[in-house]
Amino acid sequence: MTPALSRRGATVGPAAAWRVSGVLVAAAALAVFPLWFTNGLVTTIAVDTMIFVGAASAWNIFSGYSGYISLGHAVFFGTGAYTVAIAARDWQLTGDAVFWLLPLAGAVAAAIAVPFGLLALRVRRHTFVVVTIAVFFIFQLMAYNFSFTAGSTGIIAPVLNWQPATYNNPFYYLALAIAAATTALSWLIRGSRFGLQLRAVRDDEDRAAGLGVRTRRVKLSAFVISGLITGVLGGLWFYFIGEALPQFAFDPLFDISVALMAFLGGIGTVAGPVLGALIIESAQQYLTTTVTNDYLSEILLGALFLAVILLLPRGVIPTAAEKLGSWQARRRAAPREVPAGAQPDGAGGTEASPAPAPGSAPESAPSGPPAPAGPPGPERRP
Amino acid sequence: MTAALLAEQVRRAFGGVQALDGATVAVAPGSITGLIGPNGSGKTTLFNVITGYERLDSGHVYLDGRKITNAPPQRVFALGIGRTFQLTRIFPRLTVMENMLVATQHRGGRRARNPLARAGGAADRRRAMDLLEFVGIEDHAAAQADTLSYGQRKLLELAYVLVADPAVVLLDEPTGGVNPSLIHHIEARIRALNAAGTTFLIVEHNMDFVMGLCDQIAVLDYGTVVATGPPAVIRADPRVLDAYLGITEDDDDGG
Repeated sequence: MTPALSRRGATVGPAAAWRVSGVLVAAAALAVFPLWFTNGLVTTIAVDTMIFVGAASAWNIFSGYSGYISLGHAVFFGTGAYTVAIAARDWQLTGDAVFWLLPLAGAVAAAIAVPFGLLALRVRRHTFVVVTIAVFFIFQLMAYNFSFTAGSTGIIAPVLNWQPATYNNPFYYLALAIAAATTALSWLIRGSRFGLQLRAVRDDEDRAAGLGVRTRRVKLSAFVISGLITGVLGGLWFYFIGEALPQFAFDPLFDISVALMAFLGGIGTVAGPVLGALIIESAQQYLTTTVTNDYLSEILLGALFLAVILLLPRGVIPTAAEKLGSWQARRRAAPREVPAGAQPDGAGGTEASPAPAPGSAPESAPSGPPAPAGPPGPERRP
Repeated sequence: MTAALLAEQVRRAFGGVQALDGATVAVAPGSITGLIGPNGSGKTTLFNVITGYERLDSGHVYLDGRKITNAPPQRVFALGIGRTFQLTRIFPRLTVMENMLVATQHRGGRRARNPLARAGGAADRRRAMDLLEFVGIEDHAAAQADTLSYGQRKLLELAYVLVADPAVVLLDEPTGGVNPSLIHHIEARIRALNAAGTTFLIVEHNMDFVMGLCDQIAVLDYGTVVATGPPAVIRADPRVLDAYLGITEDDDDGG
C-alpha cells in the first residue's frame, strides 16, 4: 500500500514542480505579450489565438474527457455571438457596457446546450457526431432566415472609442483571462470525481453505469459547461470582429478547428488543446494575413489534420510525455546497477513486499510478479 | 426466508428468439449459487435483466424482497448488486487505482455532493488498496489498466465490484480464459468473501469449479430452469445430463 503511493509521490514531486514553473513562465510570457508586441496585426492574431485556446479547452472538457466528439460547438459560439449582437442592438448599448453581456451569452448558450445535449446524447459515439453536425447546420440556417438575426446582412457591433494603438489589449486580456480560467477548470475537472466519471464513460460507458455512475447526467453536465464557456467566447469574438454574420458566427471551420487543436496537442489532456490552439490558430491567422491565396491556410489545415491522425493519433503531449518517461526510465535504470545484492533474484526490484498480507500469503500473487513492471528486471542480465 | 435475489417468471425475447422463457431463480442469502446451462440457454441474458442492462418483457426481480424490476444499472449497483462481465470490462486508459475509484463515487455522503472534489479521498484510496491487496494486484495500483494481463483484469474487475460492499455479487464466467492456479486463487477469494457474508450467483462452464464451490445450482435450458438443487443432486439428474452435462464432460475430456 504505502510503498506504491510514496514511490509515486517521489517521482511526481519534481515533475509537478517542473509543471508548475512551466505554467508560471507561460502565464507571465502571455501576460506581458502585448507590451512587447505592439503591432496591431500581431495583437489581432494574439486575441484570436487566445479565444481559440479557451474554445479548444472548453471543447476538451466535454469531448476530450467523455470521448464524445462534438462537431457542433460552433452552435454555442454563434449563439454567444448573436446573443451579444441582438442584445446590444435591441437595448441600444454602447461602449464598454457591452462587455457585461458576456455572462448572458454564456447563459443562453448553456440554455441551448441542455436540449441539444438531451437530444444528441441519446445516441452513442459516431451517431452523436452526425447529430451534432446536423444541429449545427440547423442553427446556421436559422441565423440566415430569422428576421431577428437580420439574415445574411448580419449585425454590426457598436463602436468602441478606444485608442487605436492599444485597441486590442482589453480584448487580449479578457480572452487570456477566460482561456486561463477555462484551462484551470479543465485541470480541476480532470482530477475530480466528475472528471473521473467522464473518463470512465469514455472508456466503457455501460461498465461505468454498472458501477453506479449516472452516465447521462455526467455527460450532459460536461456538455453544458463546455457550451457555456464557448458561448462567452463567441460573445467576445463578436465584439472583437465587429460583426455577426451567419457564415462566420456559425462556422463549420470552427467545429473542425477546435477538434483539430485538441487532437494535435493531445485530446483528453489539460495542456494538449492549449498547445494545439497556440500552434494552429496563430499559424492559420498568420497565413491568412500574409499569404494572398485565401484557401492556402484551409488546405494546410486539412493536410495537418491528416498528418495528425496518421502520425500522432494521440497528440503531441501524450507522445512527448511517453518519450520523456522512457528516456528517464533508461537513465534511472543505468546507475541502479548495484541493488546491494540482498535480493537473490531481482524480480521485484526495489521493494519486494517484505511480509505478505497475513491471511492470503501463499497464493496472493498468482499472476502478479511476472514482470510487466518494466525495464529494470530483464534488461540487467543479458 | 426471503431470497437475497429472486428472478421470478422472467421472460425476454429478442425478435423471434425467446431467450428467457419464464425463468425463476432464487438465491438464498449467504449462499454461493451456480447457474449453468448450455450456450445460448439464457444465462447472460438473465444477468443482464437482473442488473438493468436489458429490460425484461414480463416477470419480476427482487433484491431481498424489494422489487427492482427494470431498474437501471447505476441504481441496481447502488442497491447492492455488483456484477462482472463474461468478457472482462475494465477502464483501459485509467490507472488501476482510478478504476477502483470509479466505483467509490457514491459512497460517503458529504463528499459525494461536491463533484469537483479530488477523486478519491484517503479513506477511499485505503479501501481500494485493501481490496487490491485482497485480490493480489496491489503492486499494479499506479499502472494503466491496459497493461494488466487478462487474469489480472479479471481480478481488478472483481476488486472494483467489491468497493461498494455489494450484498449480492454476480460473476459471469469468473474462470473463463484464466490459468489453473489463478482459478484456485479466485475460488479462495470467493470463499473468503462468502464467509464474510457476501452472496454469490455464478455463471460458469467449468464443472469442477461449480460443483466444488456452489451450495445450490440452477440449470437453465432454452430460457427455463429445468432443475435446481445441491451439486450432488444436479450431477445425478437425468434432465441435466441430457441438457448439458454429457456434452460438457465430453468437451472436458477432449480439451
